[in-house]
Parts: sequence; C-alpha cells; structure tokens
Amino acid sequence: MKRRDLFLAILALILIWQIAALLIHRPILPPPLAVIEAFFDEITNGELVEHFLASLWRVLASTILAILLAVPTGLLLGQSARLNQLITPFVYLLYPIPKVVFVPIILLFFGIGDFPKIVIIFLILYFQVLVLVRDQAMSIRPELLQSVRSLGAGRRALFRFVYMPATLPAILTALRQTVGTAVAVLYVAELFATQKGLGYYIYLNGTTLFNYPAMYAGIVALSLMGLALYFTVDWLEHRLCRWQFAI
Amino acid sequence: MIELAMLTYTYPQGHTIFKDFSWKIDRGEAWAVLGPSGCGKTTLLYLLAGLRLPTVGRLLIEDHILTHPRPQTGLILQDYGLLPWATVRQNVALGLNIRQFYGPDGKHTPVDFQPTYDVDHWLNRLGLASIEDKFPNQISGGQRQRTAIARTLVLQPDLLLMDEPFSSLDAPTRESLQNLMLELRAEQELTLVVVTHAIEEAAVLGQKILLLSHPPNIETEVIENSGAAQVTYRNTGDYAFLCRELRSRMEAS
Repeated sequence: MKRRDLFLAILALILIWQIAALLIHRPILPPPLAVIEAFFDEITNGELVEHFLASLWRVLASTILAILLAVPTGLLLGQSARLNQLITPFVYLLYPIPKVVFVPIILLFFGIGDFPKIVIIFLILYFQVLVLVRDQAMSIRPELLQSVRSLGAGRRALFRFVYMPATLPAILTALRQTVGTAVAVLYVAELFATQKGLGYYIYLNGTTLFNYPAMYAGIVALSLMGLALYFTVDWLEHRLCRWQFAI
Repeated sequence: MIELAMLTYTYPQGHTIFKDFSWKIDRGEAWAVLGPSGCGKTTLLYLLAGLRLPTVGRLLIEDHILTHPRPQTGLILQDYGLLPWATVRQNVALGLNIRQFYGPDGKHTPVDFQPTYDVDHWLNRLGLASIEDKFPNQISGGQRQRTAIARTLVLQPDLLLMDEPFSSLDAPTRESLQNLMLELRAEQELTLVVVTHAIEEAAVLGQKILLLSHPPNIETEVIENSGAAQVTYRNTGDYAFLCRELRSRMEAS
C-alpha cells in the first residue's frame, strides 16, 4: 500500500464524515473538525493518553502471551501427526466459539483489573496463531526436512533452523488477521469492571457525559491503535520475512 | 566402505522393494544407480543416508552398522532442499551452523570436526559469490543446485549421495554440472553414488552402474564402466555403445 493512497483514503473518509455531519446536523454526529479539536484537547489534558496506554498495554500483553504459548503448541502439533490427531478435535470444537461471549464468565472468574481483559484477547489470538502455525508446520515439504536432516540436524536443530523460521510468516499473518478482532474485543472487555481504557472512555463519554466530540476522539484513538498495530505487523513482516518480498 | 548384507526393505504398507539384497561399494568409487520409476532407487539412497533403516539385514558404512544419518555423508536431492527464507550464503553455511549448534558430539557432528567455516571458498569454487545475498526464489535451477552442492561439500563429506540431481535442469546446465561433479569428485576424493533414471547421466558419472528393475530387487546387476568419470568420455564410441547396452538391458528387465 502506498502512503499517498492511504492519505487520499483518509481525506475521502473525512469528507464523507463531514457531509454526513452536515446532513444529519445533530450533536450525536459532530463534524470531523470538532472531533479533531477534542482529540487534541483530550491529549493535552492527558486523559486520552492515559486510557490509550492502558488499552495498548492490554493488547500487547495478550499478543505476547498468545505468541509465547500458541507458537510452541502449534509447532508441536504440526510436526507430530499423533499429537495432532489427539488435540485437533478439541481445537476444532473450541476455535469457532466466539470468545467474546466468555467476557462475563472470565470477569466472574478473574475479577477486576487487567488480567481478565488480557485473558479474553489472549483466547482469541491463541487459537488463530495456533491453527496457522500448525498448518504452516505441517505444510513443510518432507524433502526439505530430509535434506536438512542429512546435514546432521536432529529434532532440536530442525526446530531451530526449519520449523521456527518457516512458521514466522504464519505468526505474522495470524496477528494481522486478528488485530481488528482484538481491538473490538478490547472495547467490549473494557466496558466492564474498569475505569481505565479506551472502551471505558468511549462508553463514559457517549452514554453518561454525552460529550460526543470526546467520545469520537476515543473512537479515533482506538482506530489509530488498530492501524498502528496493523502497520507494525506489516513492518515486521518486511523486516523478518524479506524472502517473501524478494523478486 | 559400504556393505549391504542380505538386506530387505519393506514399506510400512507391505510393499517389498529389496529382498536379501547384497551390494558393496569401495572407498573412492563412483557409482550410478539406474532404473525405471518405482524400482527403489531413491529408497536405496535414503537407506545409504541413514534416513530409512533396513527391515531385515545390515547396512554397514566403515564397518559400523548405520542406525541414523552419518555426519560424514552428504545428500543432494532433486528439489535442492534449500531453505526458502535463507540467502545463498546462509544456505551454504547451514550445515556448519547445525554442527556448531550441536558441537562435536559424534552423532550430529564428527568428533574431530574443526569449525573452518570455509563458506567463501565454496561460494567462489561453485561460482556463487556474485549471488550470495539472493534468495532461492531469485536464482535459476542450476544455481540452486550449485548452492545445494556447495552446502554439502563445505562439510567435507567422504560419501556423497545424489538423487536425480540434475533431472529438472536444461541440457547445457545439466552437462556443465555433471562435468563439475566429475572435477569435484576427483578433487575431494569422494565416494559418489548418483541415483538417476537417465541412461546418459549414469554412463557419464558412474564408473560402476547398478541396474535396478521392478521390485523386489534380489540380484545385484552391476555394469563396469571404467571410462566414465572423465569429462571427455561422453564424446567417445565406448560411451555411445554403453548407452545402447544400458537401454537394451533396461528394456529387457
């Protein structure tokens, strides 16, 4: 994606927003300029930054946790047909369940604080990363494994020199695919039992304080976070998987 | 150097490829294993590589029963087996990195392994220095196979096994790589076993040719070809005669 195209798309969206605001002409949809103004005001007084950082920490912590736990499991399942046969039915039963329905249960189990929110996002990312890493590990050609084994590689070296680098693109693909969902679930998770986070901030301004420009500023911040995460994954992919872009 | 004694190999599905099969390879010999598809050529190579184990019987290399891949054996496959995410240089260095990963344990790495890290020499010797930073998907089939050869030779093997190494390459590239292999074999004093379905390739590379037929292979049919392993051999009448002979034997079997 070219930067110029992205910039033009942002301009087009702002224009559509402006037209919609003029047509609707109600406080519930303020014009973009008012929101931008509120956005910078809220940043200056520090409130939005605080909520943004709380949300970012939850997304990052759950992502790192998901990678640390899902990658080894995916690699194990991907190179052991027997283990895969044993575990796959559980994965297929649990994977399609929309994890967001577990929000009340997880809150009941883990109480207030960051941990239950991290657990919810972790659950979504975990299955996605697990399935993609497993599939990638399974798709490694036996000829490649045989030829690396012939160079002296045992199981440990195969993990280090073949399975791990081979599954890196799958991890990044899984992250790219789940960034949107993770941010959406973050919002839902932050509606409960917290006073920090963009979800709480948006809900508070929208339904209690009726400060619509501030509410939209929160939505902009949440979108920017999703966008930044998406671009970070893109950047990592270009850096760590150079071979995929080499022609 | 290598001895197969009354070896039987049966696939897990029950299909027997070799039955009471015996074969001997002396150090420094250049062998070609020739036969039609499905005759067990690749299985034989995987047995020599220690990637498959005999169902019955013994396979000895240097008087030791082979139970796992031997670090002094190099294997080059038709599809090169290069890591797609690694550059030519990183692929050539792969075996050395694996040896450093384990250290000289005698199983994955020879006990007397000296980490020479002679990657540059082999990049130059095989004409890969100018493309050392390219990835496998950026280079030609011939260059990929050169990379695979360099990756194996950098480990200083005493036995080199090749499975249809040049069959997917065009004729001029194939001939130049066959000539290169003859030079390298002489330089490195390697024992060479090349598996191929191409009669001409067997005649050029194999000083001895093992002819396999439809399984199970029981008899060891060997054809002497002392003129091979010389670059000029393919222009001689002996070579043309041998190719005709091999063709008629393969058709007969």
